[in-house]
Amino acid sequence: MKLQTGTRLGLYAVLELAREPERTLSAADLAERFGVSSHHLAKVLRTLSGAGLVRGGRGAAGGYRFTGNRRRTTLMDIVALFEPAPGQRAKEPGEDTDIGTALQRVLLEVDEIAEATLRSISLETMLKPRR
Amino acid sequence: MVAIRPTQASDLPAISALDARLTGVDKPDYWRDMLAPDRHFLVAETDSGTLLGFIAGEIRAWEFGQPAAGWVFAIQIEPRQRQRGVGSALFDALVARFKAKGVTRVRTLVDRKDHLILAFFRAQGMVAGPSLQLDMDVA
Repeated sequence: MKLQTGTRLGLYAVLELAREPERTLSAADLAERFGVSSHHLAKVLRTLSGAGLVRGGRGAAGGYRFTGNRRRTTLMDIVALFEPAPGQRAKEPGEDTDIGTALQRVLLEVDEIAEATLRSISLETMLKPRR
Repeated sequence: MVAIRPTQASDLPAISALDARLTGVDKPDYWRDMLAPDRHFLVAETDSGTLLGFIAGEIRAWEFGQPAAGWVFAIQIEPRQRQRGVGSALFDALVARFKAKGVTRVRTLVDRKDHLILAFFRAQGMVAGPSLQLDMDVA
C-alpha cells in the first residue's frame, strides 16, 4: 500500500510531535529529521493545525507542538485528512458493468481491511515500545 | 486493586449477566462450557469480590494447519471500570498461563468493524496474523 506524500508527511509529523508533547519543532526541524521538503511539510502542518492535532508555527521558524489525544487519535484520523474517503471518490468509467461491479466488490474488501487496520492503531500504540 | 483468579461455577451468573448486557445475547451454556479443564477462564474482581471483567481462551494445536497457539475467545470488562488496566491485566494473566504451557503465540479473531476491541488488542502489541478469515453465506 502506498500513501500519498502528504499523508506520509502528516503521519511523520504527528507521530514525531506526539512522541514528546511538550517539545516544539518547526517545519524545518521535522523536514530535516525525515529528509523531506520543508515547504510541503509546512503545508501539511497547516492541515494538521486546522484539525486541532498540532498548534503553533508562526513564521518559518515557528515551532509546532502536539495538541491532540494520543490514546484517542488513530492513524486513520490522520490518513483521512489527506486521502479521499473511499465512498467519496468520483465514479470511474466502466464501474457500472458486471466486471466493474465485481472489481469494486474486491476493492471494497481491501479498503475495509485497510481502514480497520488504520482505525485500530492509536498514536499511543504506535509510539509504545514493542514488547 | 484488581485481583485475577480462575473462574469458578459460582462466578457464572455474574459473567453471563455482564456479557448479556454488553452483547445483547444471553448464552449461559457457552460460559459453563468454558469451565472445562482444557480451557483458561479468568475473572478480575475488586477486593470485595465484585466482578470487573473476564477473559477466556484455550491452547489449540494444528488448528487451520498452524502450530500450537493460545486463542483468546472472549474478553469483557464492566463499562464503568474501563480505562484502568483491567483488560490489560486479564490479557497479561492469560498470556502468562499460555506461556507456562510452552505456547509462544497468542491469537484471536475480531470483527473488523469493532474498532474498540481491535484497538485494545493492538495496544497489547497484537498485529495481523498469517491467516485471513473467509466466510460464505450458504442459507
